[in-house]
Amino acid sequence: MSAVEIRQLKKSFGLKPILRSVDLTLHQGQRMALLGANGAGKTTILRILAGLIKPSAGTISVLGLDIIHDIQQIRRCVGFVGHQSYLYEELTVLENLLFFARMYTVPHAHERVHELVQRVGLERRVHERVGALSRGQVQRVAWARALLHAPHLLLLDEPDTGLDREGSELIDALLAEHIAVGGSVLFTTHLIERVLQHSERIVMLGSGRVVYNEETAGLDYDTLQRTYREVAS
Amino acid sequence: MIELRIFLLHVMAILWKDIRYELRSRQTWLGMGMFALLVLVIFNFTFDLRVDNISAVAPGVLWIAFIFASLLGLGRTLAAEREQHSMDRLLLCPVDRKAIYLAKLLGNLLFIGVVEIVALPIYALLFNVPLPAALLLIVLLGTLGIATIGTLFSVMAAATRARELLLPILVFPLIVPVVISVVRATQQLMAPTVNEPPWIGLLIAFDVIFLSISMLTFQYVVEE
Repeated sequence: MSAVEIRQLKKSFGLKPILRSVDLTLHQGQRMALLGANGAGKTTILRILAGLIKPSAGTISVLGLDIIHDIQQIRRCVGFVGHQSYLYEELTVLENLLFFARMYTVPHAHERVHELVQRVGLERRVHERVGALSRGQVQRVAWARALLHAPHLLLLDEPDTGLDREGSELIDALLAEHIAVGGSVLFTTHLIERVLQHSERIVMLGSGRVVYNEETAGLDYDTLQRTYREVAS
Repeated sequence: MIELRIFLLHVMAILWKDIRYELRSRQTWLGMGMFALLVLVIFNFTFDLRVDNISAVAPGVLWIAFIFASLLGLGRTLAAEREQHSMDRLLLCPVDRKAIYLAKLLGNLLFIGVVEIVALPIYALLFNVPLPAALLLIVLLGTLGIATIGTLFSVMAAATRARELLLPILVFPLIVPVVISVVRATQQLMAPTVNEPPWIGLLIAFDVIFLSISMLTFQYVVEE
């Protein structure tokens, strides 16, 4: 069973087509990088898979579930880290995480929240308002939120945004733990070194279609950079 | 049974989150309260109130204050969700959309209700009218009607740039039946007349219809 199976996906906003026909398969336990110029449709694919927007046409299955009919079950299995933190700034770190733990019906919510807060290194900030945290700290809380319900599939939209070196190392460790338990990852980024470090397969989008779909093994930085520039231009 | 329990847990969690958010930001209650009081005071100065015309004017003044203050609050209660331009934070979660609607509706009812409880004695004092217990029932039913439609459309308007302008334009025409019913029912309390329609019954009917339609359509409104 594939983690994600996309066939002839189309998506338009009004009359403007964003995705014209996308075919893509992400196997279970695999890490896939989505690359493309701004507006290529990377975020749109992630938002469709997270159940935030609906496809205009095509079929999508996530962990064997149909995106139209089983969307609530899919939401239970998917963790999403996006450009936005998806946190409430007026609430504290603890209040935010407990709220989302209730939304995902996480058993033993308090223990799970404290475990994750400790894991992302924010145990001293747990009673601070999210609005008072730095961008990097907010991103750490966003990661804790996305991992609360132990998702099988992680969707990451430029997950390094705002993180310092220490934060990036933490993310590397969290991703390794996620993969170790059989989880899958689909992520977007503009950083070639992150692609080489974190993905087993690279997909590039151009004009709303998949224009490049190769395994990462054997690729070097210069070759990938050159290909990316050609596709992005 | 388990699904109902989870549904109610979600409703309570969202409601509690909104109350906490409001207690921290203090944006909605203070604004609504001040607005309602100002309307009552201004009308009190503006009208030449005498004993013989008070029952004709006072109910209208009360409901104008409540309706405008409610619309101010309805626009604000989604401020927490709009902080990052969308409802995505809630929509990402595996939560029944009806639970989101119900929590937002209960939040709006609570916010408007608190303002009304504070404004009612001031209204009675300024306009020298009694506050019979039946008025509380009319206020509750009227507020439910306004909040039911208002919650649905405030979510719809939240996605637009001109949301502050759009919300009253969308909501006012739809709540006309509720407004007529509550004003006439309040008038009936102050100066009963014969052969009046059963306004409270009509109000209950409007509330049931609006609530049913809103619960059924919310998912399509809130999702793309």
